[in-house]
Amino acid sequence: MNRMSWFNAVSLTLGFAFLYIPMVILVIFSFNESKLVTVWAGFSTKWYGELLQNEAFLNAAWVTIKVAVFSSTMATVLGTIAAYVLVRGGRFMGRTLFSGMIYAPLVMPEVITGLSLLLLFIGIGLDRGVFTIVLAHTTFSMCYVSVVVSSRLVTFDRSLEEAALDLGCSASEAFRLVTLPIIAPAVISGWLLAFTLSLDDLVIASFTSGPSATTLPIKIFSAVRLGVSPEINALSTIMISIVTVGVITASLVTKHQVARQKREEQAAVRT
Amino acid sequence: MRRFVLIAIPYVWLLALFLVPFAIVLKISLSDAAVARPPYFPQFDWAEGIAAFIAELDFENFVWLTEDDLYWKAYLSSLKIAVVSTFFTLLAGYPIAYGMARAPEEWRPTLMMLVILPFWTSFLIRVYAWMGILSNEGFLNQFLMWIGVISEPLTILNTNSAVYIGIVYTYLPFMILPVYSALERLDGSLIEAAEDLGCSRLTAFWLVTVPLSKTGIIAGSFLVFIPVLGEFVIPSLLGGSDTLMIGKVLWEEFFSNRDWPVASAVAVVLLLLLVIPIVLFQRNQQKQQEAEQ
Repeated sequence: MNRMSWFNAVSLTLGFAFLYIPMVILVIFSFNESKLVTVWAGFSTKWYGELLQNEAFLNAAWVTIKVAVFSSTMATVLGTIAAYVLVRGGRFMGRTLFSGMIYAPLVMPEVITGLSLLLLFIGIGLDRGVFTIVLAHTTFSMCYVSVVVSSRLVTFDRSLEEAALDLGCSASEAFRLVTLPIIAPAVISGWLLAFTLSLDDLVIASFTSGPSATTLPIKIFSAVRLGVSPEINALSTIMISIVTVGVITASLVTKHQVARQKREEQAAVRT
Repeated sequence: MRRFVLIAIPYVWLLALFLVPFAIVLKISLSDAAVARPPYFPQFDWAEGIAAFIAELDFENFVWLTEDDLYWKAYLSSLKIAVVSTFFTLLAGYPIAYGMARAPEEWRPTLMMLVILPFWTSFLIRVYAWMGILSNEGFLNQFLMWIGVISEPLTILNTNSAVYIGIVYTYLPFMILPVYSALERLDGSLIEAAEDLGCSRLTAFWLVTVPLSKTGIIAGSFLVFIPVLGEFVIPSLLGGSDTLMIGKVLWEEFFSNRDWPVASAVAVVLLLLLVIPIVLFQRNQQKQQEAEQ
């Protein structure tokens, strides 16, 4: 196996260089003095300063965060219920249709989801704005949450729930005290996934938003269409650093939890 | 009763915000454009009843799609771009996944995180990053001219090549992860056995490793192919005016031409195109699950 390792080392180096160099360039040039984004003219943080004074971007960022918080929270509740129904609900009328509706949005092109929701909102005379974006985002991200949560529900030992019921818990108590703590990591990662999907979405938000609500991706897209600008580089750098810090923290936390769980299990075996 | 409510909440939500909207698209695709707002005809009228309503529907928009060669060219070119870029993503992703699966065990979580990190980063920003690299004064041209490969800047941005690069870049994690998980399960002693029995390393790779990672390759390819077919952001930012992709055509038909019935018909045909790969993908996933059990 060692004979192959030079090849592996080269492919890993090239692969990760390909994945990361574009983002590194973006970050470096956000500190560029010059307005010309491809010529280095000295270190400066002035684009960050200008960004913080740009009302339109700040407003859009605020709308985006509001939409993401509301939609991911609703999507987590709905998606968890949907997962629970799919895994534990047994047979019911229209189950096939239900699971179809959970999986279809995952493969549906965004342009179609956006178009169809827009036509619905216009059909029922709903004014487009923050509320309609929240509805749209909740609908597609609840499907992602439900997939994440149901994969956890499938693997966990059902006898734990049954034991709680035997020992006198009501069904809702058993869910709250036994099921929920066990699936909590999946619910949390479902929420995070829904949150990032909502932050990131351009296409569906463009269809379902009105003039009163512009999200950050819509704003970025219309600015970027005109070409590369150092302000967008600065904004991208901020977003990249938030995601990087978030992902690294999350992975450290899970590592810690896994280690603790192992210790507890070992302790339980010993006693 | 409680069970009924639990089932009903997500069920009704999805019916109202997924299935009904899609039925509306289907209906509007069969309607005619009208000048009045909302700009389509017929409107549903309870007084006239369903029969009269259905009688007004026709396939005019679909006929229109086949007559104007813009549309079928856009479908064909989307298919071509999706197939070619899926192939290149596999070509770029397989060695990375292979390298990860053969890396020392303690590195693997970090490598996994490095693959997942771009996936959490904004799609729009990752596409945008390439605009500065591929433009005429961009870093790629600067670099190539500096090492002396070219003397004139290449025009890459706003061509189909830029679209391919953008797709391979943004969808690479979708290819790497399933291929990696297939390769990681692979038993190394099988390859050793093949080599002991006289296979060269390359033949062992072709005859043992590739067939055993087939489900990962198929899953990754569909995970790239399906979303690329309806892609809008990449062709509109990196592609040129001659880059025809159906997602972009639908967008323009809707936002620029305001022709809702044609936009809806474009959407219906796109979905029909997607049915086959989606069903195949589902089969592959089922097979994989059965194999694991």
